[in-house]
Amino acid sequence: MEQPAVIVAFYVLAGLTLLSALMVAMVRDLIHAVLFLILSFIGVAGLYVTLSADFVAVVQVLIYAGAISVLMLFAILLTPRSSRDNSSVSYSAPISVVAGLIGATIVYVALNTEWAKTADSSDSPFENTAAEIGKALLDPYVLPFEVASVLLVIAMIGAIILVRPGNEEDAS
Amino acid sequence: MISLEHVLVVGALLFSIGLFIALSRRNAVGVLMGIELMLNSVNLNLIGFARFVEAPRPIDGQVFAVFVITVAAAEAAVALALAVAVYRLRQTIDVDRLNLLKW
Amino acid sequence: MLDTIPENAVWAIFFLPLASLLVILFLPRSQATAAGVVAALCIGAAFVLSLWALDSSLQADGHPLSFSSHEWLNVGDVLEVNVALNVDGLTAVMLVVVTSVSFLVQIYSMGYMKGDGGYWRYFAYMSLFTASMLGLILFNSILMVYVFWEMVGLSSYLLIGFWFHRPAAAAAAKKAFLVTRFGDLGFLMAILLIYVHAGTFDIAAIQDLAIAGAIGQTVLTWFALGVFAGAAGKSAQVPLHVWLPDAMEGPTPVSALIHAATMVAAGVYLVARMFPVFQVSPDAMSFAGAIGGLTALSAAMIGVVMVDIKRVLAYSTISQLGYMMLALGIGAYVAAIFHLFTHAFFKALLFLGSGSINHATNTFDMRLMGGLRKTMPITFITFVIGSLSLAGFFPLAGFWSKDEILSDAWAHERYLFYIALITAGLTAFYMFRAIFLTFFGEYRGGAEPETGAVVATLSNQAPVSTEPGGFEPDPVQAHAAAGAPHTAPEAHHGPHESPWLMVLPLILLSFPAILAGFANYNHDIEHLLVGALPEGAEVAEPTFRMGVAIAATIVPAVGVILAWAIYHAKVISAESLARLFRPVHSLLENKYYLDVLYERVVAGFLFHKALGGALATFERYIVDGAVNGAATSVRQTASVLRYLQSGQFQTYGALAFSSLVFTTVLVLVLSPL
Repeated sequence: MEQPAVIVAFYVLAGLTLLSALMVAMVRDLIHAVLFLILSFIGVAGLYVTLSADFVAVVQVLIYAGAISVLMLFAILLTPRSSRDNSSVSYSAPISVVAGLIGATIVYVALNTEWAKTADSSDSPFENTAAEIGKALLDPYVLPFEVASVLLVIAMIGAIILVRPGNEEDAS
Repeated sequence: MISLEHVLVVGALLFSIGLFIALSRRNAVGVLMGIELMLNSVNLNLIGFARFVEAPRPIDGQVFAVFVITVAAAEAAVALALAVAVYRLRQTIDVDRLNLLKW
Repeated sequence: MLDTIPENAVWAIFFLPLASLLVILFLPRSQATAAGVVAALCIGAAFVLSLWALDSSLQADGHPLSFSSHEWLNVGDVLEVNVALNVDGLTAVMLVVVTSVSFLVQIYSMGYMKGDGGYWRYFAYMSLFTASMLGLILFNSILMVYVFWEMVGLSSYLLIGFWFHRPAAAAAAKKAFLVTRFGDLGFLMAILLIYVHAGTFDIAAIQDLAIAGAIGQTVLTWFALGVFAGAAGKSAQVPLHVWLPDAMEGPTPVSALIHAATMVAAGVYLVARMFPVFQVSPDAMSFAGAIGGLTALSAAMIGVVMVDIKRVLAYSTISQLGYMMLALGIGAYVAAIFHLFTHAFFKALLFLGSGSINHATNTFDMRLMGGLRKTMPITFITFVIGSLSLAGFFPLAGFWSKDEILSDAWAHERYLFYIALITAGLTAFYMFRAIFLTFFGEYRGGAEPETGAVVATLSNQAPVSTEPGGFEPDPVQAHAAAGAPHTAPEAHHGPHESPWLMVLPLILLSFPAILAGFANYNHDIEHLLVGALPEGAEVAEPTFRMGVAIAATIVPAVGVILAWAIYHAKVISAESLARLFRPVHSLLENKYYLDVLYERVVAGFLFHKALGGALATFERYIVDGAVNGAATSVRQTASVLRYLQSGQFQTYGALAFSSLVFTTVLVLVLSPL
């Protein structure tokens, strides 16, 4: 499946993702930032497809580009008097240095490590990822799977309790 | 052709952009966006490793990514709820004004 | 003939009193009166098993029975301690002494302590003591001996201070604990020393190494002296004897069991157990003998002037323990343990008798007693039996053991023989002085029971200074004050015989006090004890010497006659004698001023002023200086560094990631990919 189209797609999608991510940092409006974030998420989902992880790509679109982004929009809309200008803190220059150094370090390590790669990287090792992930979740990873479900329930209850009206009265 | 290093470099760049956003945004939702980008770059790495690295069960990397997405969803829900709760108290979610816990 | 005792049965001897302790601890408080029965039953069972152990030991000729070894402590290659039970002749004799006396004292206590607020606590402590004492005897490792040695000290502390609301008792408990600690320090150092040089805690192995000459002479001497220091503390040898008379503040049955019959004999037992090691070192032997002789004589002299009957008995105990040490010092190992064996019975008898007297008169002051012969016939007869035995009159138990010591002393150390002989005379004198003062003449009133006691204590030891004739005439009030449900009201019109629970042990104990001497008639005990020694140890052969025996009978007889002449017939006035020997008399009455020396000079000046002052200075300027300096430097550093805590999590994140970069780069530089 290593066709030139895939390679082109990879580079285009990588560029799209990184550019949108940069735009998240650049744009002046927080709502716009969320929109660019969604674009970046979709780019990542596309990258997953080129890496033959179709199931994860779908999940990525559903959860990140769908649910989480909507949550963020809600959070922004529910905090109307807060700043909407996507401004930076006063010391963003040293932080950009730190971030750059981190990126450089990771790139250096990534390029200089002897990865135990598969012999023939031209072909994907997966036939049908959804079925394989399903089997993996229910056989070797059944315990983490159950724990994850408990975590989700707890997070849901926690979020409800946190934003429930009535906390207001307690606070005031 | 695509190789592991390509994926890793994209991941590294995405991570550092996310880190910059997470550390520099004034708005708490902005911080959260940065964190989500960082998580995405981690997932990208995991998928890349699953695709290119020799392993007894290659699908493990993708399963791991699914778990990360699950936890990220939970984290985002709680974090945004926190932001809303904080806003009710202080009428702001600017993190540089939420500095009660200092010397 | 019984089979050889199995290991589990020996374990049971040790665990039965512990089980009793646990049961008593978990008894519902409403059933607290069952504590005495529980303790007596458990220790009675241990006694029966001990007899079995003795029988097995007799069949084995006193040689150690073989039991499996258990790993107790294992610290890598550094330290490995195995423990095993050790039952040989010496152990068997001690087992029987401890469990039998303990059993009878428990029965006696059920009467004596009846109605006391701490009834169950008393029996819990007693069980703990018995278990510790049995542990001390039963184990083969010197480390285990030390553990139980300290536990015995602990239970002794608890029991001396049993009536802790009484300041004298609390102080006596503390004194006993602290004074014996000095000796224990020596014992501990001896254990460490021998471990360094012998590499084992196993007693038999140490003995074998010592006999084989594998350990240096100097080391052995120091080891023996350290062990002797521990023994001197526990067995109240000069100069560490001062705690024992004060320990009489505890309940009288405690004095009988712990401070007369068993625990104080632990020191003698320890020296006897280490006897082969002592033998290798003649210096340690003669030192032990000299200290023993000194203790025997000086304590007996104090016993002559004491007016508190329990203190007379206490000094008598010290004196007799000195006798045993003296015997060990001249190599008369068999005679020493034989004397320990007989002494346990008649001294327990005497103490229980004094408790019975106290029960009747509410005092221990002999000046307030008198004439009790008629009202307390059984106590009188048993007390006289005990005294005769202690004084060493033929054919009572004390005669045989004392005679063996004297005979060996004659053969080995002439000067110790004379000391022992004089002590024997003094012993007879003070015991019969006590008898004449207590049981003959007119009743001098006793003392009134302590009133308003917080805890209703039955054996109210009234202060010695109580005026004669102050006996409480109103029976109802006295009855209420003493909280004594068992005494009939009319009993308080005068002294009375004690309840059967107290009299029965007296009668039972007088049999061994009379007959225990015949235990060695066929050299049975000798075989047992010699069998316990390893190959190559030499023992002074006990031989009967008619001349010594006659001297040992005449000298105490003279003592008795003198006591009769002074205190009963009043041919010689005790007061004029005291005036005549005023300096000596006051020296003795003040116990050679040793207590004053210890309290004022050692504790007051040496420890408090000098050592304490130096330590306080060190504490104030060096320890406090270091602590305060550390605090100041931390505070000043923090006053700068705290600005890092900005409350902005993003700065924390930036710092964390910067340090991540720093460390990663550092790692990459140090070990490139």
